[in-house]
Formats: sequence, structure tokens, C-alpha cells
Amino acid sequence: MSFEILTYGFMQRAIISGIAIAILCSVVGLFLVLRRYSLFGDAIAHSSFGGIALGLMVGIYPLWTAYAVSLGSALIITRIRNRFKISGDASVAILLSSGIAIGLVLISLSDGFTIDIFSFLFGSILLVSIEDTILILSLTGIILVVILLLYRQLVYSTFNEEQAKVSGIPVEKINYLIIFLAGITVVTSIQLVGILLISALFVIPNVTAIMYGRGFKQTALLSICFAVFSVVAGIFVSYVFDITPAGTIVLLSIGLFAATLGIKSAGLVKV
Amino acid sequence: MKVVEINDLTVQYPGVKALDNVSFLISEGDFLGIIGPNGAGKSTLFSCMLGILTNYKGTIKFFGEDIRKSRKYLKQIGYVPQKPVFEKNFPATVKDVVKMAWTNHSDKETIDQVLQQVWMHELGDRRIGELSSGQQQRIFIAKALVNKPKILILDEPVTGVDVQSSEIFYSILRELNEKQKITIIWSSHDMDAINRLVNKVACLNRTLFFHGKSHEFFENEELVKQYSEASMQLHMQHHEIH
Repeated sequence: MSFEILTYGFMQRAIISGIAIAILCSVVGLFLVLRRYSLFGDAIAHSSFGGIALGLMVGIYPLWTAYAVSLGSALIITRIRNRFKISGDASVAILLSSGIAIGLVLISLSDGFTIDIFSFLFGSILLVSIEDTILILSLTGIILVVILLLYRQLVYSTFNEEQAKVSGIPVEKINYLIIFLAGITVVTSIQLVGILLISALFVIPNVTAIMYGRGFKQTALLSICFAVFSVVAGIFVSYVFDITPAGTIVLLSIGLFAATLGIKSAGLVKV
Repeated sequence: MKVVEINDLTVQYPGVKALDNVSFLISEGDFLGIIGPNGAGKSTLFSCMLGILTNYKGTIKFFGEDIRKSRKYLKQIGYVPQKPVFEKNFPATVKDVVKMAWTNHSDKETIDQVLQQVWMHELGDRRIGELSSGQQQRIFIAKALVNKPKILILDEPVTGVDVQSSEIFYSILRELNEKQKITIIWSSHDMDAINRLVNKVACLNRTLFFHGKSHEFFENEELVKQYSEASMQLHMQHHEIH
């Protein structure tokens, strides 16, 4: 494989955006996985389908409508869940199916944008524009700064809500913040692996990193390393073999997970 | 000096009064044991004191200030729950857990100091989920101590912990009260341990059955008998409801 491909602008943008998204998904995903919200990312991604269809239908840049619909529906479903004590898995199912349903209805009402929809369903990292790259880098920076500033509150309320509350941490606001950050992260990441595989980036690197039995920061760093490796290697491999980047990235991520299981089974890692 | 004042505290749950006109004072340096059967209102009392439950009648004051008006008092309190619920595989070392509660990051030696106080400094880099229940509870005491609190509140902290670990736990509590003069409020079913450790006792039975010096209660056989009978009745009612 020649490194000449790195001189192509589209490849540079893909690698830079991919690394930013990998870091973002790992960090935000760690909080979701530990709060047993693993499928919440998937549900937000599916709800964004409705937003993308709406954007394509009315002629607005689809990611803007996806942000609005995903964030709105995620916050509403969280509010309903808290108020009416609906279980986590049921609220995920409601959010997931309502987004798809809205999207399907809008598609059936309008002809002609099914090809555009496919790029959002399965990702199109090699088509990322300079504007998209700037947006992805900006949002990644902002979200990481927010997480660093509220690190203790986020970790403590994820570890034990009751004790965090007793320590004076506004747990409910922190919970909404995590949902909000997850919403932005999901929609920002759609261009990399698409709606259908986005939750893999949230969950698999984190579950793999947790198995190494380290502390919080080391686990987060390990997860970032696994995600960045999967994304960068996935982009290269998919380009060289002319296969889909999204599927390749997720399969590499699963490969690291399987390798960790093997190492653990062989007793090479203390867990 | 009074550090806690509870006046006419009443908590009404649907169909049952969890606490009925409970009033008592806690002085600085007290080691108060709160005893009572399941359903006597111990955890409800703590929930009110910690600001988790706010729908109560009466007043609770910490350091002379009504807790409804300010939550600043929580900075002076360390809390150890009955059995903290957390994900067993949570990627946090012992030091990570203690740091979660740590608000004064200028004092770098504090983490090691509090781990030494609970005799756990050698396990600082182990994951919390790898420790036994007794060891985990000692870590939660360390976490409660990290901000140098004036009051330590412990809600049945040795439930499910073996006898040997419980004794280590009790020794740590005694040391904190006697040497560091931390006021301790501790609920437990273990009457023997309460009798050995505390200087004041409060017997809850949804109402306050007794509050005073520990020896005045435990040396009065008639009082202990009356309380045991009343507790047994409440215990039976509690099990019928559940």
C-alpha cells in the first residue's frame, strides 16, 4: 500500500474527520456504556433518519434537521422516561421506531432522494467536504472541553447517582447533558459509519477497553486508541480493497474485541 | 455545641407514616447509634438529613442553618450508604473512586492519607469491583473522609459484610470519632456493636422511642424489653405490608 493516497485531499479530510469522530465516540460512548445506555446512541441515530428525510424533503442541509430532530426527540423521550417511569429499553424502542417511521413516511411522500438517504444510512467518509471537516473538528473540540470541565461530575454521577446527589452534584442536569452530548456526537458521526452502524463506534471500543481492568482515564485512552486504529486502518483497507469503509471500520473494531477476548482467555490480561 | 437539630420531623408516604414527630439533637463529637427494625424510618431519616427527600414536615438544621435554605452543609458531611450500587466492571481504581468526591485538589497527599486511615493504602491501584464487600465499604469511608467532613453519616454500612471485616470497620469508626473528633451518626441492626461503640443512642420506631446516653438505654432492661416488643410489632407489620 502506497502512502501516496495520503496526498489526496479527500483522503486527508477522511482521516482527520475519522480520527476526531473516533475520539468523540469513544469518550461519550464510555459514559453511555457505563450507564447502560448502550443502545441509546443507536436510537438517536435512527431518530436522525427522520430528521435527514425532513431536510432532504424541504431542501435544508439534512444534518441540520438531523441535529434538531435527534436532540429534540432524545430530550423529550428522556423527560417522558423520567416522569412516567418507562424502562430504558422501552424508551429506546420508542425513540428508534418513531425516527424510522417519520423518515419512511417522508420518503414515501417525496420521490427522488433515496440515493442521498443511502449515503446517510451507510456512511460516506470519503465524501466529507472541507466544511464538514471544520464542523466535525469544532464540535469535537467543544464537546471534549465540556467533558474535561465537568469530568468529576460526569464520572461520579455515572458511578453512583445517589452518592453524587448527596455530594451536591446536579445529577438530573448532568443526565440531560450526557443525552445532549450523545445526540450531537451521533449526528456528527453519521458521515463516518452511517446510521445503521453508529452504535458500534460507541460501544465496541469501550467494551474492549473495559476488559483490560484499568482505571477510568486509562480505559478512556485505551478505548480512544482502539477506535482511532479501527477508523484509520478501516479507511485505508477499504480504499485499497475497494470495499465499504463503514463496514470495514466496524469489523476491525470487532476484530480488536475478539483479540482481547482471546488474550483474556489465555490469561495474558488480568481482569 | 449542637451540630444537628431535628424538630417535629414527620414523613408521610402513601398509606403509611414513615416518621412521626421525631425530634432530637446531636452534639459535636457525638457517636450516635440509630437503631430500629426494618421500616422504622432510619433510611427515611437519613434521606431527609441528606436532602434527598424534601417532602417532609418539621425542620432539620445542620450547624444552626435550616437545610431547606442552603445545601452548603453537605460539604461538611461524609456519607456512607448501605450498599453502594455500581457496575461491577466499572473502570475505576480505588484511588479513582476516592477522587470522585474530592473537591479540594490543591492538597495532593489527601488521597493517600484517607486510604491509610481506613488501612487500604496498599490497594490504591486495584479496581473497586475486585475488592470484597468489607474492603469496598472501607473505600467508601475513605471517599466520605476525603473532604475532611465534620460529620460522618453511615446507613447500615456493614450489611452483608463478614464478622471480621465488620470488626475492622468498627475499629476505624472508633478511631475517627476518638482521635479526629468526627461526629458520627450510624444506623445499624447490630445492637451489640452499637452498645460497645456509641456514646448516644436513638431508638426509632417510626416515632422516637428513646434518645439519650447509650448506657442509660442498654443498662435499663425494662426499657430494652419494651423497645424489643414494640420493634417486633413493627417488624411484623412491615413484613405483612411487603
